[in-house]
This record gives sequence, C-alpha cells and structure tokens, in this order.
Amino acid sequence: MPVTSQSGTDETVLLAQSRQGDRRAFAELVRRYEGKIFRLAQHITNNREDAEDVLQETFMKAYEHLDQFKGDSKFYTWIVRIAVNQALMKLRRRKTVKSVSLDEQIDTGEDTVVREIAAWDENPEQQFSREELGAILDRAIQSLDAPYRSVFVLRDIDELSTEETAEALGLSIPAVKSRLLRARLQLREKLTRYFKRKGDDAFAYL
Amino acid sequence: MTPLLTCKDFLRELSDYLDESVDQEVRAKIEKHISECPNCWVIADTTRKTIRIYKGMDPQPLPADVESRLMRALEKKLAARS
Repeated sequence: MPVTSQSGTDETVLLAQSRQGDRRAFAELVRRYEGKIFRLAQHITNNREDAEDVLQETFMKAYEHLDQFKGDSKFYTWIVRIAVNQALMKLRRRKTVKSVSLDEQIDTGEDTVVREIAAWDENPEQQFSREELGAILDRAIQSLDAPYRSVFVLRDIDELSTEETAEALGLSIPAVKSRLLRARLQLREKLTRYFKRKGDDAFAYL
Repeated sequence: MTPLLTCKDFLRELSDYLDESVDQEVRAKIEKHISECPNCWVIADTTRKTIRIYKGMDPQPLPADVESRLMRALEKKLAARS
C-alpha cells in the first residue's frame, strides 16, 4: 500500500478502516484529536504526568472498544467520555487535600458573587502575545475548582452541548448549567485583572 | 405588564442568554435590564468576551516527547492485537 497522507480522509472512512485493523487509519484519528484530548486531560487532572497517562489510556481504550462505537454520537464526543472517565479516576486516586470530587455537593449559584466590575476593551486579548495569552487563560482555568473546571472545558473550550457535557460527566443538565455559570463568572473576574480597560482602575473594587 | 428583572434574575439567566437559548420574552427583558443597569451590562459584555476568547484557543500541538511516547504505546498495543 502506498504511504500517503490521510489528513483529508473522511472520519467515517477512517473509522471503518480502523475497525478492520488498519493501523494507519487509526493513527490518523489519533492525530486529529490528541491535542484536544491532552488539553482536556491536563485541565481536569491539573497534572501533566497524569494527563499523559490519560491520553495514552484514552486512545488504547478507544481502539480496544471501537466496535462499541455505533456512530450515534460524534466520534470526538465518544472519546471525550473515555478521557473524562480516565481523568476522573486519576483525580480520585490522587485524593490530595486540595482535590475536590466531582460528585461533591456544591452550592449551585444562589450566592453567585460578583466582586469586580470593570469594562474591557473590545478585543483585550490582542494586547498579549499568543504565549502570554495562553498562560493567562490556562492559569485562570487551573485556579477553578475541579467541578467547575471540567464543565467549562467541555462546554466552552471543546464546545460540547449541555447534553453531551452532562452525559460525559454523569451530571444532570441543571447541574451542568449552574456550574457553567459559576465557572464563567469566576473566569470573567479573574481575567478582568488583565483585560480591564486602562484608566478604569479607579473604578475597580480593591 | 410582566415584572422587571432584578440583577439577581439577570445573573441566573446570563448563561442561557449568552448561549442564545432563552425565549424572545426573556431576551427582551434581559436586554432592557442591561440597557438600564451599567454593572449588569459590564458583566454580560465581559462574560461574553471571556467565552469568545476561550473558544478561539486552538490546542497546542502535542509536545514531541509526549507524541512519541503515545505513538510507541499505541504501536505496542496494536501489534499485540493483530
């Protein structure tokens, strides 16, 4: 078989080929999603080593259970579910003082507090280099508690629907919604430090 | 007359409003509220920008060492099955 790039090949074709044992087709599927899965795993576990384990385990399990993927959801959503499960297992296993279980009861936004209110420029992110911006955004996410972090990453970064996020995390739809709201408000507040309009400092609450 | 939205009501609807999943009536109430309440306008605007900025972030390419370990692990697994 000639060695050609499969980067333009349709996903359903790659899946069918992978099921028949075509390793190159499966490698192409891995390449399409490895970056997103690694990022997701890093955000959930907050730990690079764990994230790398999750990455490997996710694609190994996906390959192993490829027959069970029926195509009624997107392939990406399916591997996200595997990755989330692996990542949550890591999180539970680590059980450090700081780690919070995703099942833990958290209050659901009744006391949502907004402490800092300052307007931003139209495109505030443009004042930063790509690297600086990436670091700011990552740091803000890492400072969220685990239940908020996972929901935000799936909904607003990976752009899963509320229903897909609920399914992946084993949460109810109202729980996803309330956690998403809290996560968005907390991030908004954290980013205000960097993005608020210059000259508005006098109005910011300290 | 339908009752006006309080700031607390606004916060509760904010996510759905930004996701464009509120009905026409609620949308109108929210827009009326933020046109009259500067603080809630700022919260809506900056939360919308927060979401937009995160959505635009592409994942970093996998670090080379992570990539090669992943491919090695998969090769091993796949070879064992075939």
